[in-house]
Amino acid sequence: MAANNHSEHQSAGHGHHIIPAEIYKKVALALFVLTLLTVGFHYLFHSVMHGSVLAAPVAFLIAAVKASLVLMFFMGLKYDSVDNRIIFALGFFFLFVLIFFSALDIWTRVAVTSTL
Amino acid sequence: MSTSSSHTHDSHVAHHFRDANHQFESAKQGIWLFMVTEILMFGGLFVGYAIFHALYPKMFAEGASHLNWKLGFVNTLVLIFSSYTMAMSIHHLQKNEKSQAVTKLWLTVGCGVIFMCIKAFEYTGKFQHGFLPGRLLDVVHTGAESANLGMYYGFYYCMTGLHGLHVLIGMGLIVWLALRAQKGEFGEDYFTPVEGVGIFWHIVDLIWIFLFPLLYLVG
Repeated sequence: MAANNHSEHQSAGHGHHIIPAEIYKKVALALFVLTLLTVGFHYLFHSVMHGSVLAAPVAFLIAAVKASLVLMFFMGLKYDSVDNRIIFALGFFFLFVLIFFSALDIWTRVAVTSTL
Repeated sequence: MSTSSSHTHDSHVAHHFRDANHQFESAKQGIWLFMVTEILMFGGLFVGYAIFHALYPKMFAEGASHLNWKLGFVNTLVLIFSSYTMAMSIHHLQKNEKSQAVTKLWLTVGCGVIFMCIKAFEYTGKFQHGFLPGRLLDVVHTGAESANLGMYYGFYYCMTGLHGLHVLIGMGLIVWLALRAQKGEFGEDYFTPVEGVGIFWHIVDLIWIFLFPLLYLVG
C-alpha cells in the first residue's frame, strides 16, 4: 500500500518531493551572504554616508529576496501545489490592501490638512 | 476512533481521507491557511509601525540607535541556520535516515535556545536602562530626546515579543517532534507533523528577516 501510494505521488507529479541537500546548503549560504550584504550596506549608508534615502529601500529589497528564498526552498513552495501557492499569495494580497488603504488615508489627510 | 487499528502505514490515515497522500496534502493546506493568518497578524503590526514612523521619523531613528544591531545580526544568522537544520531533518526523514533527522531536530532546538538567550540578554539590558514601552519609559534615565520614545519601544517589545513567543512555541513543538522521531515514529511514509511544524518554524525565520532591518538598522 505504501509502495502503491509512492507510485501515485510520482505519477501525480507532486507529494513527497525530496529537495536535494545541495540546494538547502546553497540556499543557507545565500541567506548568510545576503545578511552580510544587509549589514554591509547599513555600514555604508549609516557610518560612511551618514544617512541616505536608499538605506530603507535597499534593506527591505534584500529582505524580500531572502524571504523569497525561504519561501521557495525551505518552505518548499516552489515544489508545492498551485492551491497552496494561491493561498499564501492571498495573504500578501490582503496585506497589500491594508497597506494601500492606510497609505491612501494618510496621503489624503496630509493633502487636506497639511499634517497627519 | 477515526483511525484504522491496523498496524500498517495506513494506521495514520483517518477514514475520511482517500489515502496517506490525501491526508498529508490536506494537513499541509491547513498549515498554509494558518500561515496566512500569521502574515496578516504581523502585517498589521508592520503597517502600524509604518504609519507612526511616517508621523515621528526622528523618534523612530532615535529608538533604533539604542539597539545593538550586532546582536540582531547574530540572531539572524542563528535563525537562518536553524531553518536549514529544520529543512534538513525532513530531507533525512524522506530518505529514512532517522538518526540524522533526530540530530537535525535537536540542533534546531539548540538554535532556538541561543536565539532566546540573546533576546533575554537584550531585554534585560534595555529594562535596566529604563527603555520600557509606552509611558513606562524612563525619559530622564534614558536621556531620551523624543518625549514619546516609549512608542518605539512599544512597537519593539510587541513585535519582538510576539515573535519570541512564536520561537518558544516552535521550540516546544520541535522537542515533541525530536522525541517522537527518536522513537522511530517518523520516516519516508509518515512525517506530516515534521512538515507542518517545519513550515511554521520557517515563517518565524521569515518574519525575523523583516524585523531585523526594520527595528535594528533602518529604524
